[in-house]
Amino acid sequence: MPPPDNSPAAHAGDALVSLSGLRKEFPARRMSAFGARRKVVAVDDVGFEIRPGSTFGLVGESGSGKSTIARMILKLERPDAGEVSFDGRSLWQQTPAQERDYRRNVQAVLQDPYGALSPRLKVCDIIGEPLSAQGRGRSEIDATVSRLLDTVGLGKDAGNRYPHQFSGGQRQRIAIARALSVEPRLLVLDEPVSALDVSIRAQILMLLREMQERLGLTYLFVGHDLAIVRYVSVVVGVMYFGRMVEIGPADDVLRHPRHPYTERLVSIASMRQALGTERLTGELPNPLAPPSGCHFRTRCPYATQRCIDEAPPLREWGSGHRVACHYPLTRSS
Amino acid sequence: MLLEVRNLSVAFGPVSRPVRAVAGVDLDIGAGEIVGIAGESGSGKTTLCAALVRALPRAARVSGDIRFAGRSIHALSREELRQVRGREIAMILQNPMTSLDPLFTIGNQLGEVLATRCDVPAPQLRGRELELLRSVHITAPEERLRQYPHELSGGMRQRVLIAMAGSMAPKLLLADEPTTALDATIQEEILVLFRELRDLRGTAIAIVTHDLGVIRRICDRIVVMYAGRIVEEGPVAAVFAAPRHPYTRALLASVPVLDGDRVQVQAIAGQVPNLADLGDFCAFADRCPMAIDQCRAQAPPQTALGQQRRVFCWRADEMS
Repeated sequence: MPPPDNSPAAHAGDALVSLSGLRKEFPARRMSAFGARRKVVAVDDVGFEIRPGSTFGLVGESGSGKSTIARMILKLERPDAGEVSFDGRSLWQQTPAQERDYRRNVQAVLQDPYGALSPRLKVCDIIGEPLSAQGRGRSEIDATVSRLLDTVGLGKDAGNRYPHQFSGGQRQRIAIARALSVEPRLLVLDEPVSALDVSIRAQILMLLREMQERLGLTYLFVGHDLAIVRYVSVVVGVMYFGRMVEIGPADDVLRHPRHPYTERLVSIASMRQALGTERLTGELPNPLAPPSGCHFRTRCPYATQRCIDEAPPLREWGSGHRVACHYPLTRSS
Repeated sequence: MLLEVRNLSVAFGPVSRPVRAVAGVDLDIGAGEIVGIAGESGSGKTTLCAALVRALPRAARVSGDIRFAGRSIHALSREELRQVRGREIAMILQNPMTSLDPLFTIGNQLGEVLATRCDVPAPQLRGRELELLRSVHITAPEERLRQYPHELSGGMRQRVLIAMAGSMAPKLLLADEPTTALDATIQEEILVLFRELRDLRGTAIAIVTHDLGVIRRICDRIVVMYAGRIVEEGPVAAVFAAPRHPYTRALLASVPVLDGDRVQVQAIAGQVPNLADLGDFCAFADRCPMAIDQCRAQAPPQTALGQQRRVFCWRADEMS
């Protein structure tokens, strides 16, 4: 087990969720029967924590490991090393009763609102299903369902219809209502608005924000759109090829990035630079044979020999802002 | 004008209750111009694109006129259409995997395009293939020629398709959501390639997308569509700075921006209308904060606002 050298131990006491030294490997197909066993390190020594009532935004491109982290928090995937704890208790040392409690406390809303809802169930049954799984009575379920439909801005009669009768944005509202039905404390939102139309995205983002204020929910928001992540998040973490490269207060990280990778993402998203002023050099690294040292060095304009030789650890650069780079950018640049 | 579309309508479904996916669209694209066609799902942007190359399903009822380089697309024979599609109009779609044949190597597929479309003689094929891959900045091109599509990343596959499209120096490239499936840093690269294609070969490009960022970054002109109609059109800088249609304005306000001290978004209330139920009045009226009785009674006429700029709104004059 690698030492959890970047565990944010300072405030471990008040975190709702805390991750430390998390690692997850997936086996890759061998090229031949005699070939070496190969593996992809999807998540490599990642640690952060989420405060109750706040939102942690996890940013990264495809293959960066952000969804794997979400799946480990949902207890759908077991880490190869490291720890996830909820309310100070490890996820993998729960009694069956504690586990049931945990599964109620943590709910997910995923990207695809079309695949997430059973086409054969009426909306009221979809939203009520988690409740009946918990053995609640019919009248209690009915009351909760109609209250939830109201909360997420769908009319009462929506309950008697089927998912295909709704648009993408409305389906995502149904998925959110279902997640809220068991009164969870943590919502894992994995790209919840990416599949929605631009004008509908804003509705769902505002709904999520409003519900956080009203119900005191805690969110893990996984996304790739920096502007949306900044809109919902208090703290953000930026991932690149399985590693956390930068983490800190959202305004700070996304307005004054210190890691060259974050800076690149931000300059594209904010259109600060004209198109094509800075061409990317080099291809994306092969996940089966990641580059030595810093994973970003193959595309980084500032890389030196030191970046090839040693992987930069996450280091503190003022008020909770941590960067994994040997040569972090200063504020003026 | 390279492309002139006049009063184009495309309807599906029963004649008694047609779904008008595209309704009365006029659109011009000049040589070497990059035009962005913006719209949400159901806005008719993809149907419009398919109509331009006569690639609509048979059930579609098309009316209006499309002239490409002076010839009416609808009057072309099947053989002439094949020639136009291959050599003069190229298309790039959202998912680069479905546009490449999984059973042939990249070299095979590039070679086929070069031999059949560009009449490159066999001995020169390999040289031209390598040249093409280099032109889209693919590393280790010799190796890529031997690889199959599944061995390439999404960004690389999209680059191969741009190389193919560029090989025949088309007059017009139709790109339907070309960067939607790609990561931000790769997306940037693909846009640069589009611009190179225009600058080096003079190709006009129509980019159909819901991503306003893409349009702002590369296009000269933006055409905003809603429920099958054009609602606003104009130079990108002017429209983004001061949108004149309430829908354009609301669309821009609903996208969070990264810069600034406080991030704000404004939602557009309501849903995109059902195209089968649309009457002959402003399609945005039900969601529009500025709608008046007239908006729900009559379709708004075109209001020209100087050079290249037009808007379809009854209250266009009050929106400045």
